[in-house]
Amino acid sequence: MAISLQQILIQTVNGVVTGMILALVASGLTLIFGIMDIVNFAHGELFMLGAYVGVLTLAAAGSFWLALLSAMVAIALLGALIYVTTLRPLLGRDPLTTILATFGLSLILQNYALWQFGPVARKIAEPISGHFTLFYLDYPWYRVVIALIAGAMIFALWMFLKFGTWGIWIRATTQDRVMAQAMGIPVPLVLATVFAIGSGMAGASGVLFGPLTAVDHAMGLDWILKVFIVVVVGGMGNLAGSIVAAIFISLLEAYASLWVSPAQAVIVSFVVLILTLLFRPTGLFATATR
Amino acid sequence: MSRRPASIYWIGFSIVVAALIAAPLVLPTFWARLLTEILIWGLLAMSSDLLIGYTGMVSFGHSAFFGLGMYGAAAALLTVSPPNLWLALAYGLLGAAAAAGFVAYFSTRLRDIYFAITTLIFSQIFYVIIFTWTAVTGGENGLTFERPLLAVPGLIRLHLTPTNLHWFVLAVVVGSYLLLRRITQSPFGMVLQSIRENEARTRAIGYPVERYKIVAVMLSGLFAGLAGVFYALQNEFAAPDFVFFIVSGETVIYNVVGGIGTLVGPIVGAAFFLLLREGLSRFFTEFYLIPVGVIFVAMVIFMPQGLLGFMRRWLNQ
Repeated sequence: MAISLQQILIQTVNGVVTGMILALVASGLTLIFGIMDIVNFAHGELFMLGAYVGVLTLAAAGSFWLALLSAMVAIALLGALIYVTTLRPLLGRDPLTTILATFGLSLILQNYALWQFGPVARKIAEPISGHFTLFYLDYPWYRVVIALIAGAMIFALWMFLKFGTWGIWIRATTQDRVMAQAMGIPVPLVLATVFAIGSGMAGASGVLFGPLTAVDHAMGLDWILKVFIVVVVGGMGNLAGSIVAAIFISLLEAYASLWVSPAQAVIVSFVVLILTLLFRPTGLFATATR
Repeated sequence: MSRRPASIYWIGFSIVVAALIAAPLVLPTFWARLLTEILIWGLLAMSSDLLIGYTGMVSFGHSAFFGLGMYGAAAALLTVSPPNLWLALAYGLLGAAAAAGFVAYFSTRLRDIYFAITTLIFSQIFYVIIFTWTAVTGGENGLTFERPLLAVPGLIRLHLTPTNLHWFVLAVVVGSYLLLRRITQSPFGMVLQSIRENEARTRAIGYPVERYKIVAVMLSGLFAGLAGVFYALQNEFAAPDFVFFIVSGETVIYNVVGGIGTLVGPIVGAAFFLLLREGLSRFFTEFYLIPVGVIFVAMVIFMPQGLLGFMRRWLNQ
């Protein structure tokens, strides 16, 4: 089967779109890891619950944008709650205990969703129904819009971290928690905020990605693995690295699915991971100083 | 280390083993079967304790070794006729060893959470391959087969009834326990524990840390594969669900709940978890994982030593 240039270009667009969502989820995870050494195994579940909040709001209010906003806020609050109840007691212990605790959380959240919403997959309708012609395909505008929204959110996060007062506090806390505390930065509040921001981003990604797939209780599982790969390839705690890695891996998977089934295309990202571990164990985009 | 506690230890050990030998004769069929299952999961958890408790590496990829053990056994039982139990064991162990070698070679380059995440992702590689390679592995449906005879030429020829299988599994688990206990107390095991305590210093003394870690992962994978073979024998099937990383996560849960670094702790953890599941699933049906998750998280926070953590020193003497 010959692969035409058109197919490759279409897969490029697809890859970038998924990559932007992946980057949005991964940046939340890597932010949380970078600042407090917490590997959040339940991040995929926050993504999934975000999608469900979106489904519910959409059914109640009918507005996709309201659904996006409410999912972001609701999941951010849930994240803050999770942080205060389960993760704060573990601060300062071995980071491995946070994997264990959040693994337990992911079991709870996933089965809660199954219990609450049942095994039947839900659907989120696309808020923008227009199409444009991309070669031989009617390509939905919505996909392009998601990529733009995800990009805008990542950009906003970056600006916030760079220039916002809280952003500067967050960066200071990442560098030296004790010193930040000594300088009068409300560190416990900063940590809770970071967890909430990361969670809120996962929740928003869930709603954004919802129309492209079916919303069910297991949707977080696929994502958490992909996000872990992205975060390791990009370098743990390295925000820019994980964004680049997300797009890179999504593109590779999109191209690979030209030849094999999407289920098998995942193997490509595994191979990237293995190669990264072999040659650049600190991450593909790690800078020399790290 | 006086002599008296040691003799108490062996008396306790004998009593527990004797109780487990007698159990299938006394217990109703359902509970006897559950007990066999607990022993098998306990073996899996115990194998992972060699890494978690003794070497300080948390593996989230034991489902791969367990699953390869299952599929190895299935391959032997389906392709060779008449089905041979020993061949199933050999194939299963070979499969698990190959997977463990592969995973160990790459993942031991990393430490702590990176090790945990990479073992997790490696186990998913095996899952994806098994899940999508339908022609060979049966894909989502898995493989079913008949339980072979337990036969030693010229000696015995037994049908593996549930009771026989229980004793066979018990013998293997007790044997593995004694072997793993011996390993952890050997000079090799001491090096593993010193890696756990202080890796940099162990390396500075001159031990090739990476090589020790690779051997540890492979040993651990081998015992996990053994558990997989017996799980396949008990249930007469191999399914991709058991290669999925949730199984690895449960293995870690058994370890943490039971108490890491004790070898028996993980078995107790498996028993606790499976009995809890059995008890809770009557009230919560399929949502029993919600209370199980809550209990697990609470234990991670408030009881990081696990159920048997207080006996750790005594059990390792």
